[in-house]
Parts: sequence; C-alpha cells; structure tokens
Amino acid sequence: MSAEPQPQSPWQMATITRIEKRTPRVTSFWFQPSRPFTHLAGQHVDVRLTAPDGYQARRSYSIASAPEAGAGIELAIERLDDGEVSPFFHDVAEIGDEIELRGPLGGHFIWEASDGGPILLVGGGSGVVPLMAMVRHRALQKSAAPIALVFSARVWDEVIFRDELIGLDDRRDGFDLALTLTREQARRASDYSRRVDARMMMQAMERLPKAPRLAFVCGSNAFVSAAAEALIEAGVPAGFIRTERYGV
Amino acid sequence: MVTRGFFSGRRPPSDTDERIPPGQYLEQGFPVLSAGPTPRVRTEDWSFTLKHGPRPIKKWSWAEFNALPQNKMTRDIHCVTAWTKFNTPWQGVLIDDILADAGIEPPSGFTLAHSFDGYSTNVPTKDLVTGKAMVALLYEGKPITLDHGGPARLLVPHLYFWKSAKWVNGLQFTERDEPGFWELRGYHMYGDPWREQRYSSDP
Ligand SMILES: Cc1cc2nc3c(=O)[nH]c(=O)nc-3n(C[C@H](O)[C@H](O)[C@H](O)COP(=O)(O)OP(=O)(O)OC[C@H]3O[C@@H](n4cnc5c(N)ncnc54)[C@H](O)[C@@H]3O)c2cc1C
Repeated sequence: MSAEPQPQSPWQMATITRIEKRTPRVTSFWFQPSRPFTHLAGQHVDVRLTAPDGYQARRSYSIASAPEAGAGIELAIERLDDGEVSPFFHDVAEIGDEIELRGPLGGHFIWEASDGGPILLVGGGSGVVPLMAMVRHRALQKSAAPIALVFSARVWDEVIFRDELIGLDDRRDGFDLALTLTREQARRASDYSRRVDARMMMQAMERLPKAPRLAFVCGSNAFVSAAAEALIEAGVPAGFIRTERYGV
Repeated sequence: MVTRGFFSGRRPPSDTDERIPPGQYLEQGFPVLSAGPTPRVRTEDWSFTLKHGPRPIKKWSWAEFNALPQNKMTRDIHCVTAWTKFNTPWQGVLIDDILADAGIEPPSGFTLAHSFDGYSTNVPTKDLVTGKAMVALLYEGKPITLDHGGPARLLVPHLYFWKSAKWVNGLQFTERDEPGFWELRGYHMYGDPWREQRYSSDP
C-alpha cells in the first residue's frame, strides 16, 4: 500500500486576528488558519460563508502577505457595495471571528525568488494583491531579481499599500514602481495619469536591465485585457504573459 | 459551520435550486476567465485538427468546418469560480459529427483539447460523444466573441467550464489521462460540478 498521506478535508477554520483599513474601499484581514500552511507568492485562498439555513457563498481572495511573513495570511478585500461576500467582510466581520477557508490554491500565477527575473508586474486596483505578495517576498528574501511594478488606481488615496510600495521603490535596489492614476494628476516623477498603454509598458521595460522573462497581469477583466494587449504591443511575447482575472 | 452574522446572501430562487450544483451561485452576466491574453484568432487563419496521439487524422479549414452538420444546444454552465449560468444557447458541430466526417469510431480512452494560445484540457472521450459535447461556433445566434473563445470553443456543459476550452483548434485522442493546463496546476482531472470536483485533492 502507498504510504502517501490521505488528503485532509480541504476546508478549515481560520480566525481573524487583525483588521486594518488600507484605503476607503479596501480593508486587510489577517487570518490564522487552524492548520497553518505555507503558500507561494501569487496564490489565493477560497473563503466560504454559511448562513443558518445552510446557504453558502464562496469567493477567491489572493494572499497579500509574503510566504515568509508568518503570523497568518493577509487578504486585502475591496468592498463592492452590491456584492455578496465583500460587504460581509467590511460590515460584519470582526477580530476573533472564525471563517472557513481553503488553500493555498493556484499553481500558475506564482513567482518565487528562485525563479529570478527580470519580472514585469501590472496591477489594476485590488489586482495588485498577488503582485504585492511577490514584491514582499522579493524584499524578505533579499532577492536581487529586477522587478518593475506598474500599478493603476483611480486616485492617489486608492493606491493600496502606497506607503510600503513607495518605501520599497526608494531603496533603489532593483524594485521599480510606477503608479498611474486614471482620475488624478501624477504626484511623483515616475508616475502617470492615464490608463495603461503600450508606451507605458515600454518605459517600464526600459527601467529593467533586460527584457522581462515573465509578466504578471492582474485586475478586473477589462483591465487585464487592456494591459495584456499593451504588453504584446510593447513586444512582450504572449507566452511570457500570465494573467489573473478577478471577474466582472 | 454557520458564519456569524451571514444571513442575507444572494440565494438562488428556490424553484431553481435543483439546477444549481453545491457551492455555486446564479450569475446573470457572463464573466470572462482565462490564463493569458486573449488571442486574436482570425477565421482566415483558423483550422481544426483531429489527432490520434501524434498522428494527424484530419484537418478542416474554417469553411470546411462550418459546412459540417450544425446543432443547437441550450445548457446550464458551471464555472469552477462558483458561478452558474442558466440556459446558455450555443450552436456548433457535435463531436460525433466531427468523428463521422473523419470516418472514425470514437476511440476509447481520453481526449486532450488544444487551443490556439497553448491551452489544453483533458476529458474522457465518452464525455464528448453521443451528443454530450460540441465545438461551438455561435452563442445566442451570433459569432462567439474573442473574449469568450471565438471563433470556436469546445462546449462540454456537464463539466466545470474550464474543460470547455476557448479558441479550440483541435482534439487529440490519448490512451492515458494526461493532465491539461489547469489540471497540471492543481485542478481536478474530471471536474464534475455536482460532485464539486474542483481541485486535485477532491474525491
Ligand atoms: C483568483 C482570484 C483572486 C481574487 N483576489 C481578490 C483580492 O485579493 N481582493 C479582492 O477584493 N477581490 C479578489 N477577487 C475577487 C473576489 O473573489 C470577489 O469576486 C469579489 O470580492 C466580489 O465578491 P462579492 O461577493 O462582494 O460580489 P458579488 O456578489 O460576487 O458581485 C460582484 C459584482 O457582480 C454583480 N453581481 C453578481 N451577481 C449578481 C446578481 N445575481 N445580480 C446582480 N448583480 C450581480 C454585483 O453587482 C457586483 O458588483 C479575486 C478573484 C479571483 C478569481
């Protein structure tokens, strides 16, 4: 007989240990799983809510924390006012609550420091979350892999992880940040105030020492389509581009 | 376990309960999911190849493929990301008719569906034949948009929708069950929504 362990029940309880508002629409929730796991930067978990009559709703959320961060996992959840699950987290969930969770999941949209670089990251809105895990993983591993992040948000105050990202950018150690604001003027010399386009992707690549070996694009469906087109127009081979779409 | 403070929810209407697999919710829109950029597949460049292992059996151009018998299928579809959409109307060519045109009986074993963007997914051959699946060319009577896999996509409505490969350009019969793109990345080899076969560790 095989000595392989039987698969465990994939769902487990996780306790909310910390809640922190990140932007007007995005709040981070830290979960301590009852059966701790190690994830890879870019992976997500599934979360499941159960009503008293047995009705269940489940959604996927990317892990924002680096694998080596310890102390549970951070999920950064954007509130969609007419949504089902995200308003529950924003309006109801409290520290100490137990939530059913499954993961880590996903084996495609991931980057490990040992994969090396250069890497081009393109995120729109909450699509920055899995990219943040990669950027944090790079920093904690003291990886020298060059990474450029182009992050599109509507306004300055909606730039999730803004201070942390700018702090990492200021180190000038091979991580390069360009913010692009679609409804406000740029604030830093390296920033833009328009939607992502091929020229912006070209300029992001010029800030890398050589052509990226992979590009990761994450955000709403419309954002991902536009950004992937822009990358192809800027000369990135389609086979080098990995996308994660958050739906509508 | 009941989640504290979760009551409301977007419950499906009770008269449709038995059509919604466990863990799914009813979606009115048509979300788009894919692993890479949307390939621009032009019908001028389109072709569809049937293979047995490495051996090509037959290849069709867009015009030849469209000349095959057309069938309509209106089905509920179930995406692994938990949405279910009712009554999606498709038109296309049944896998049975593709095999008949190639002059072969359905081989035993498995099939890998291949796509223009390098995507692939595996399905037991018996799940593709006897009217169960088609290569769809129209959605709601109109050409399938590129985002949804146009000009042609596989439609295997009784399995999770990642099995219904977008931008399909061929079927390959294999003896063994060989994992495709998502199956190599932790998704289930079969993917029955009624048994919630999402990830490889699901029974
Ligand atoms: C791999 C992955 C990772 C993700 N990571 C993150 C993340 O890190 N952070 C994050 O914030 N999100 C993330 N998402 C998105 C997340 O899973 C949810 O889709 C999001 O939180 C919305 O869920 P919701 O229940 O609040 O809204 P939903 O109830 O799903 O609604 C979404 C939108 O669709 C509309 N809608 C849906 N159903 C109906 C209906 N029946 N009638 C009318 N309107 C409807 C709503 O108006 C709403 O605007 C991720 C998604 C994926 C696939």
